[in-house]
Amino acid sequence: MSNVIIAETKNGQLHPSTAELVTAANSLGGGITIVIPATSDSASATASSIMGVDKVITVIADCFSSYDASSWAAAIDAVAPAGNLILTASNDSKDLGARIAARRGMPIVQNVISINNGELTSPVYSGKALVTVSLNGNAVVTIRANTFAAADEGGSAVSSVVNQSADVGCAVREMIAKANARLDVSEANIIISGGRGMGGPENFAQLESIADVLGAAVGASRAAVDAWDGIGHGMQVGQTGKTVNPNLYIAVGISGAIQHLAGMRSSKYIVAINKDAEAPIFQHADYGIVATWEEVLPSLKAELESLLN
Amino acid sequence: MPNIVVLVKRVPDTNAKITVSGGSLDLAAVKFVTSPFDEYAIETALRHKEANGGTVTALTLGNDACDKVLKDAKALGVDNLVRLWSEGWENLDSNGVQSALASAISDLGSEVVYCGKAAADSNAGSTGPGVAERLGWASVSNASTVSFEEAGVEAMIPSSSGQARVGLNFPCVVSLDKGEMEPRRPNVRGIMMAKRAVVEVISADAPTPTVNVIRYSPPAEKPPGKTYEGAGNVSSVVQALRNEAGVI
Ligand SMILES: Cc1cc2nc3c(=O)[nH]c(=O)nc-3n(C[C@H](O)[C@H](O)[C@H](O)COP(=O)(O)OP(=O)(O)OC[C@H]3O[C@@H](n4cnc5c(N)ncnc54)[C@H](O)[C@@H]3O)c2cc1C
Repeated sequence: MSNVIIAETKNGQLHPSTAELVTAANSLGGGITIVIPATSDSASATASSIMGVDKVITVIADCFSSYDASSWAAAIDAVAPAGNLILTASNDSKDLGARIAARRGMPIVQNVISINNGELTSPVYSGKALVTVSLNGNAVVTIRANTFAAADEGGSAVSSVVNQSADVGCAVREMIAKANARLDVSEANIIISGGRGMGGPENFAQLESIADVLGAAVGASRAAVDAWDGIGHGMQVGQTGKTVNPNLYIAVGISGAIQHLAGMRSSKYIVAINKDAEAPIFQHADYGIVATWEEVLPSLKAELESLLN
Repeated sequence: MPNIVVLVKRVPDTNAKITVSGGSLDLAAVKFVTSPFDEYAIETALRHKEANGGTVTALTLGNDACDKVLKDAKALGVDNLVRLWSEGWENLDSNGVQSALASAISDLGSEVVYCGKAAADSNAGSTGPGVAERLGWASVSNASTVSFEEAGVEAMIPSSSGQARVGLNFPCVVSLDKGEMEPRRPNVRGIMMAKRAVVEVISADAPTPTVNVIRYSPPAEKPPGKTYEGAGNVSSVVQALRNEAGVI
């Protein structure tokens, strides 16, 4: 059996989730090839050094400068060997995985969080159940970030470069940079989110200043996003927002509705700050503080600063 | 004038309690609704028709229980309702679902397809891009706003640096995120129309599944957490995050 990882890069560097994909591929068993779609050969050395990898192929094409599903799928399909294809479960890779699966007439299993004896498990129904499936043939598999341990360094896989071209299906007309360059919730190891209990968008400044101390991203509940102009949909966590899986999720003034939990319940550690001891979020929190944010946030910031600075 | 198709899926209400027993799901007591992101897809399809004319066909894959979500779409203003189904399709994998949908869409003669970015039950997000690839069409996923042109559409999608404004020529598939728009509610006339609406049932070929469900299970129970009364305990929580959890 052969496993082909389609890696992501960021600013020319290999995305750190790639080493987690290697662990996932190892649990499926068989050889491992990493394919890196890129505009230059700058990520292959890091990929070659991941333990357990047999081969690295960098595919260089103009279309890889910005994401386009159809041209990426065509260019990668032309180069990637047969076998299971493994990608990270990010927005773009889930989309790309689905296109390549369709192109090869293969099924796709998304959002996998564990692999045991060839059985793959993913959360479904907003995390209220898990489904376990078996594969009778090759499949495309996407893996949730932060669920598999990263494979060690120390490997020395053979590396090659292929030039490829493809027609672009959608044309980027304009890139609009984020108004403020805050870390995105889907990229963060720590997230601090505010809900309707924050009282108004101006109070999110307090969450931002704590986020700065922690190197965290700032998220929000849907109630906050819908009520306040300054709180963009890009920050929304939950059923109709983003699904996140950080090491630490701090929920401030968020009641813990089932649709909010859908987006964050798999976080490794959850802290809840809420003035209502009966709020459902406390049932899911590892650490809860029953108090108003007005009382908690200033001392939380001071404690974190003295610990981390 | 565009022949617009919108894909809709019947899923458990996101408020529903999902019960797992003996490795399978018990959905008998659950209320089913249109998947939330599909509501944005329906809204976009209707706005497309209002801007440029044409027809909107709502298409679902499922048994006759799924007529309800089609009729709900009718109440909002779609023109035609089509349900795709064959005996033995209870356990199709993504390969089967997409093959069947792609063949139905090409039979319908559509040039633009809208769908939700992911279904609320599976949260997979494979259908839009997978159907597009099978048809050989362009696609974008996670669009927040769409504007309509003579020969294509323009969509706002998230990008690593913020947002990207992208243009697609017909034929294309666009999957919708929540975005800024508010999906419309049905009016009385729409509800009356929906009651009389006829669902056309069609069939297609679908490959045998190679991904098979072995079991469902409840999510892992977390050990109960610690809750502290009052802001005086912030220091204990910060210490625990460092020493017990090791996350800061
Ligand atoms: C189809 C569908 C999809 C949805 N998708 C999402 C989604 O993606 N994400 C999402 O979040 N929601 C989603 N929702 C909405 C969800 O059901 C809840 O309405 C929402 O999460 C509530 O947000 P909240 O917790 O901020 O507000 P509330 O439920 O109003 O809770 C506010 C909390 O703040 C506390 N509070 C008030 N003042 C203070 C204070 N001074 N200090 C500390 N605590 C305080 C209160 O005790 C309360 O618990 C969806 C709903 C539906 C039907």
